[in-house]
Amino acid sequence: MSRIGVFICHCGRNIAEGVDIPKVMEAAKQMPMVVHVADNLYTCSEPGQLMLREAVKEHRLNRVVIGACSPRMHEITFRRAVAAAGLNPYLLEIANLREHVSWVHGDNKQGATEKAIEIVRLAVAKAARDEALFPKKIGLTKRALVIGGGIAGIQAALDIANAGNEVVVVERTPSIGGHMSQLDKTFPTLDCSACILTPKMVELAQNPKVTLMTYSEVIGVKGFVGNFEVQIKQQARKVDMTKCNGCGICWQKCPEKVSSEFDMGQGKRSSIYIPFPQAVPAKPVIDLEHCRYIKYQEFVASNQEGKKPPQCRICERLCPPQAIDWAQEDKVTTEKFGAIVVATGYKQFDPTVYGEFGYGTYPDVITGLELERLLSPSGPTGGQVLRPSDGEHPKTVVFVSCVGSRDELKGHAYCSKVCCMYMAKHSIMLREHYPDIQSYIFYIDIRAVGKGYEEFSRRAQEEAGTLYLRGRISKIYPEGKKLVVLGEDSLMGRPVEIAADLVVLASAMEANTGAAEMAQSLKISYDADKQFLQAHVKLRPVETQTDGVFLAGACIGPADIPESVAQGSAAAAKVASLFSQDSLIADPSTAFVDALKCIGCGACVAVCPFKAPELQLQRDGRQISVINEGLCKGCGLCVAVCRPQAANLRGSTNQQLLAEVMSLWQ
Amino acid sequence: MAVNPAPNPNHEPRIVGFLCNWCSYAGADMAGTSRMTYPSNIRIIRVPCSGRVDPLLVIKAFEMGADGVLVAGCHPGDCHYSEGNYHTRRRFALLRPFLDYLGIEDKRFKLEWVSATEGKKFTQVVTEFTSELKQLGPRN
Repeated sequence: MSRIGVFICHCGRNIAEGVDIPKVMEAAKQMPMVVHVADNLYTCSEPGQLMLREAVKEHRLNRVVIGACSPRMHEITFRRAVAAAGLNPYLLEIANLREHVSWVHGDNKQGATEKAIEIVRLAVAKAARDEALFPKKIGLTKRALVIGGGIAGIQAALDIANAGNEVVVVERTPSIGGHMSQLDKTFPTLDCSACILTPKMVELAQNPKVTLMTYSEVIGVKGFVGNFEVQIKQQARKVDMTKCNGCGICWQKCPEKVSSEFDMGQGKRSSIYIPFPQAVPAKPVIDLEHCRYIKYQEFVASNQEGKKPPQCRICERLCPPQAIDWAQEDKVTTEKFGAIVVATGYKQFDPTVYGEFGYGTYPDVITGLELERLLSPSGPTGGQVLRPSDGEHPKTVVFVSCVGSRDELKGHAYCSKVCCMYMAKHSIMLREHYPDIQSYIFYIDIRAVGKGYEEFSRRAQEEAGTLYLRGRISKIYPEGKKLVVLGEDSLMGRPVEIAADLVVLASAMEANTGAAEMAQSLKISYDADKQFLQAHVKLRPVETQTDGVFLAGACIGPADIPESVAQGSAAAAKVASLFSQDSLIADPSTAFVDALKCIGCGACVAVCPFKAPELQLQRDGRQISVINEGLCKGCGLCVAVCRPQAANLRGSTNQQLLAEVMSLWQ
Repeated sequence: MAVNPAPNPNHEPRIVGFLCNWCSYAGADMAGTSRMTYPSNIRIIRVPCSGRVDPLLVIKAFEMGADGVLVAGCHPGDCHYSEGNYHTRRRFALLRPFLDYLGIEDKRFKLEWVSATEGKKFTQVVTEFTSELKQLGPRN
C-alpha cells in the first residue's frame, strides 16, 4: 500500500502568488493514498530537503510528490533528497506548478489553482504506481577506436593515448595523414604542412598505446557505449609488414605506372607503392587492380585463350627481406571498444557538373587541391607550377570561388569555409614563386573569420597584388593557348573578360564517400548533405545522439586545420572522461517485455531506432521479444506499437499513463 | 458525423496534452520562464517521446470526457530518439479517420511540433486550440 507524502513548494512567491496553496493542500489531503501534506518556502533549499527527509521517516512515507518547479530543473536534486531519506530515488513524482501553472496563468488565480490541484492529483496517481528502479552498472572496455587517420583523427588518437588509453586508428588508404598531407603550405601562417604534420604522424605510429590499421575499413558496428564490437576489414597488402623494411626498391623498380590518387591524378605511381614519401607506415601495398602478376594469375585462372600477360614479379625478386606475400588475403577481425571517434573527413566536390567551367574538358582548368599538388615540392612537377596542357609557366591565373558551395542547385547550400583563405594563400604563393604571375579571384563574399585570417586576406591583395573581383563566372572557353574567362564585376557593374593561362576552381568540401553508410552502421544521424549531426550544435559539438560515439573534423561539416585539431582534442577529452569511470550507469527507464503476453510479432523490433529488442527462441519453442537494456534508450516506441501490450516502459508504464489520464476525471 | 450543439462561449474545455520530454515539455517550460500567458484549460502529461503515446490513450482521454487532446513532439528530424516523431506522425494520421467514426470531431485532436525554444509557439497552440474548442462547444 502506498503511503504518499505531498510537498507543495511556494518557491518564494513564484508559485504562492499565482496559486492558492492552502486550497491545493486541502485538496491533496483528500487524494487517494496521501497520508501527509506539507508546504515549504523553498523545498530545494537545505531546510526544505531536511523537512522532506524527516517527514518520510515520521510518516513512514514510501512515495513522494513534490509540487514545485519543472522536473527538468530539480528532478535530480529531489531524487537525491528522496534517496537521502532512505527511499529509492525513483519513487518520486514532480507536479510542475511553476513553469506550467503560476508563471503562465498569473492573470487567473482561480483557474491556476484548479489546474494545480489536478496536476498534483495526476502526479499522485502516477506516484502510487511508481516502482523502485535500480540503475544497472555496465562494464566498459577502455579502448578507443578512431575512424579516419587525417589530422582530426591523429589528434584525437594522440590525446586519447596520452591520457593512458589504448587506441586503434583505422584508415582506409595505405597511409595516415589525410588531406593535410596533400597540402603544401597552410594558411594564415604559411607553415609547411608536411613539417607540422609528419612529426605527429610519426609520434602516433611510435606511441605504444596506439595500433595503426591502415588500408582497412570499418564494416560493421554492434553494441553500445562502453561495449562496442566493431568489425574491421584489413585489405590484403600482399606485403608482409613484419618483414618489410621500407627500403623502396620495389616501388622504384615496379614497371607498371598508374595515375596517383595522392597527386589528384596529375602524377604517376607504381602499382606497388606508398602514396607519398613521408607515408606512415612507410611500407607499400600492391594495387591489385593494376599489378601485372595479379593480372597474370587472373588470366590463367579464367582459362582464357590468347597471349599470356607477363608474370613480372619483379618486386618479389628484388625485395631484400623477401616481404612480398602473394598468399595474403583480406582479413576481417572483430575488436572491442568502449568509445568511437568518427573522423572520416571530406572529399573534394567534383566540379564537372558546372559545364560552363569546362573542368575535365580543358586541361588547364584545375581544382584547388590539384594546384596544391603542383605547388608541393614532393608533387608531380617537383613544386613547379606548370600548365597541364603544355607544361608552360602560367602568367595569368584566375581563381573561381564557391564552386559547389553556396549553390543549392548544383552543389551545396553551405559555405565550404576554407576556400576564401586557400585562394588567398595560393595567390600569395604563386606571386612568391613567380613574381610575374597575376592572380584574379572571382568571389561572392570574402569570408575571413579566423584568427589572423582577415589580415592574411589583405596581404594577398596588398602584397601579392591579387585582384579581387566580386562576381560570378558565366563561361570559360579556349582561344589559342589561352582560356577566356567571361565574368562579371558586380561592384563596377560591368562584364569582365580575362585571358587566363590557368583557371583554379575552389571546389567545395563535401561528405566523404560512404559517409551515409558509415552513419547508418554507427546509428548516428546525418543531414541532407550526408554530414554527421552533432548531439547539440552549440553545447555538445563533438558528441552524437549515440552515447560513446564522438565526432571530429570535416565529417561534421567544412572545417579547417585548427578547427579539426580542436575537435579532435575535444573528442579525445570526451573519451578520456568516459574512460575515467570504472563502470557506466545506465538510465533505468528502459523497456521490458512480459514474456507471457508477447506473441513474437516483431513490431517492436521493426520500430526500435536502437535495435534493442531482439526475437529469441524460448525453450518452450515460442519466439518472443527480449530487450537489451544496454541498447534501450527508453523512448517507448515499442510500447506504443505492442498489440498485446506485452512491452512496457519503466518510469512511464501503460498503467501509469492510464492512471494519469483517468485521475483528471476523479 | 457528430452533430454539434450550439457554440457556448462560457464552456471551459478540458484539454489533455501529451508532451515529449525533450522538446515540447521543455517548450512549455520556456513559455513559463518567459512569463507568457495562455488559458489554463490544458493538463500536461510528460512522456519520454511523442512516439510513446499509444493512440488508445488519446481515445481513453476522449472517453473520459476530454474536449480536446494535444500531442506535441520535436520537429521532424530533431527527435531525441532520432525517429520517434516520424512514427507519431504516421500513427496519428491513421487515428484521425477513426475519431470521426467514434463521433469525435477531428478538430478535437491536435498534433504539433514544438521545440524546446518555442515557448511562444506552445502558447499560441494552446490559446488557439482552447478557443477552437470553445467554438465547438461541449462534446455530446
